[in-house]
Amino acid sequence: MSTALTSRRRAPWQGFSDWANRHRKWVLATPAIVFVIALMVLPLLYTVVLSFTDAEGSIQRAFDFVWFENYLSILSDTERFWPAVWRTAIFTAVAVALEMTIGTAVALLLRRPFLGRGVIRVIMLLPLVATPVAVAMMWLLIFEPTVGFANQLLGWLGIPAQGWISDPSTALPTLMLVDVWQWTPMVILILLAGLVGLPEEQQEAARIDGASSWQRFWHVTLPMLKTTVIAALLLRSIDAMKTFDLLYVTKGTGGGSAHEVETLNIYAYALSFDYNEYGMAAALVLLYFLLIVIVLAVLTVRRKEAQR
Amino acid sequence: MSVRNRRVWLLGASIATGAMVLAGCSGGGDDDTIYVSVANHPWTDAVLANVDEFEAESGLTVEVTSYTEDQLSQQLNVRLNANADDIDVMMVRPLQEIRTFDRNGWLADLTEQAAGDQEWDWSDFQEGPRDSVTVDERVLGVPLATEREVLYYRTDLLEEAGLEVPETLEELEEAARTIQEQNDDVFGFVSRGARAAAVTQFSSFLYSYGADWEAEDGSSGIGTPEAREAYTFYTDMLRNYGPPGVTNMSWPEAMGIFTQGRAAFYTEADSLYTNATDPSNSTVSDTVGFAPFPAGPAGSHPTNVPSWALSVPESSTNHEGAWEFIRWATNQENTLLAQENGVIGARASAWEAEVPDIPEDLAEAQRTSAEVGVGYSHPVVLNVSRARDIVGEPIVTGIEGGDIEAALDTADQAFTEFLAEENED
Repeated sequence: MSTALTSRRRAPWQGFSDWANRHRKWVLATPAIVFVIALMVLPLLYTVVLSFTDAEGSIQRAFDFVWFENYLSILSDTERFWPAVWRTAIFTAVAVALEMTIGTAVALLLRRPFLGRGVIRVIMLLPLVATPVAVAMMWLLIFEPTVGFANQLLGWLGIPAQGWISDPSTALPTLMLVDVWQWTPMVILILLAGLVGLPEEQQEAARIDGASSWQRFWHVTLPMLKTTVIAALLLRSIDAMKTFDLLYVTKGTGGGSAHEVETLNIYAYALSFDYNEYGMAAALVLLYFLLIVIVLAVLTVRRKEAQR
Repeated sequence: MSVRNRRVWLLGASIATGAMVLAGCSGGGDDDTIYVSVANHPWTDAVLANVDEFEAESGLTVEVTSYTEDQLSQQLNVRLNANADDIDVMMVRPLQEIRTFDRNGWLADLTEQAAGDQEWDWSDFQEGPRDSVTVDERVLGVPLATEREVLYYRTDLLEEAGLEVPETLEELEEAARTIQEQNDDVFGFVSRGARAAAVTQFSSFLYSYGADWEAEDGSSGIGTPEAREAYTFYTDMLRNYGPPGVTNMSWPEAMGIFTQGRAAFYTEADSLYTNATDPSNSTVSDTVGFAPFPAGPAGSHPTNVPSWALSVPESSTNHEGAWEFIRWATNQENTLLAQENGVIGARASAWEAEVPDIPEDLAEAQRTSAEVGVGYSHPVVLNVSRARDIVGEPIVTGIEGGDIEAALDTADQAFTEFLAEENED
């Protein structure tokens, strides 16, 4: 029957349609492949090429190949590169650890229904939906050392004024707290979704066996929640590592006067858009890319292990 | 819908998506529209408010995009790098950007238009600003605004303390100390303390101590005894009499402290004076005084620089319309209009005109500064941002109470290396 149908209605484009049908796997994927090559592979290759050159000022100017000179000078730079690596690591590790801990605790509290749970959930999500630039500017005002709200509050409590964001020694910890304030809700959201999906039987059994609530959390809930926890950890770590808006808006190019919050991202931005040293910037970005891939690989392997 | 039909639809949709992606890559200019990229600046507010006059006269449409100073500079870097043809006129900073942009081949040569226009009159522009936009005898922009560093002060606090307006840096320190001791809420002195931003205002201190960024042989000038004294004086002032968090301050933050009545003295560019005298921004608008920059051991040598110019990107497809716009924006009438709004232009004729709105003491300070001023406010190099970061480092160390001598040694060496590298290019 199908042959009869085909022969009766053979339109001019039918040949192409048949061919497309036979190769639909490729035809349908083509736009995506073109997209990825044009917007990701080519720029990445170009970055690799740039990283071996002394390109600066304008990318249209002639440049010379200096091969690994940029990499060597970055890796031997103890003034800005290595401190930036440490700051990136510390910012990510501390902020994400706090977010995961607080996030888990709050998610567990919000799991059971209680009066006003809906309202609390909505309020909690507000920092998440605010624009990072607006959030950064708001905190900048709050932490302003002379007239800001934070120091006024401390004043009422009889505590001496602090430098907060403007003091080089407290800027990074303060900004970590802002990051925790903004992103803990995302962890809560992910973990709540995971918690809701957990079966009740094991909990029930543990309770009958006389397990305390801490024991039930540690030996029953957490192991079952492991893949969700690692997923949240993965997402937050990538985001925290590349935090930019918060740091740039509050401390500007160079991460403040003493480079006190200059992470790799901020340093890469300064090299490319402030100094216009594209060769150096490209080398830095690739080293940074490598770092993220390593962290990602470690976390993904852990996640797979957890799923097994 | 049958399975086959759905497949055809999907295919069509995929192709359409691909086509849209490709279509997004093309673009083009429009000869009747002038695209202008400017910074938020009193000049922009004053002159561009009347842009419809120009539109009616010329039959052209003007599309203005306005950015903050840093955003504009970054936008230009990215867009000009990409050969964008959707900017026809842009605001650039002559001292900071013209030489670099020119080396990158981003600026159109305006010599012919400027020289050939008797009515508009290029010779009416002052020599310093004209030089700042001229590279190898090619005119690459038209100066819009000039600025000098002056002393902002609080007349009421000075009166209460029974002090005269300081004429030397020594007197300034003395007065700042006295007023700070007498008033609990008031800091004696405020100025910029953020690494790169502080450099432009610290310049006047450096020059007034008899030092300069570069030595005569082209090496670093910041290691000389005079420069060390200047650095020490400036950072001591901010550490002892400045507000907390001053190393985070560029002009908006420092101006905020001053206009909230929290500082007695403030050294800053005169072009920003309306921030302090406008009652809607400033709680001290009635009690602001202006004085020439106080003299150091080598006299009073404030900066006197052309701060902004209009240029045409080489990649613009509408050079003719762009010039038409620049010609209008920088004519005598508009220069005067800007001047009435507090922006001191670069035309000699406008300086001779009486401007009623500028406070008398500010006008006097401006006249004095124009005579003794220095025409650049940071090292004159190609990579200004990096240079400012290097020479600004000891300012931060000093304000924080660190070892300023060691910081100066390090910065001096780094700056000499930087200058040697620059000269190789």
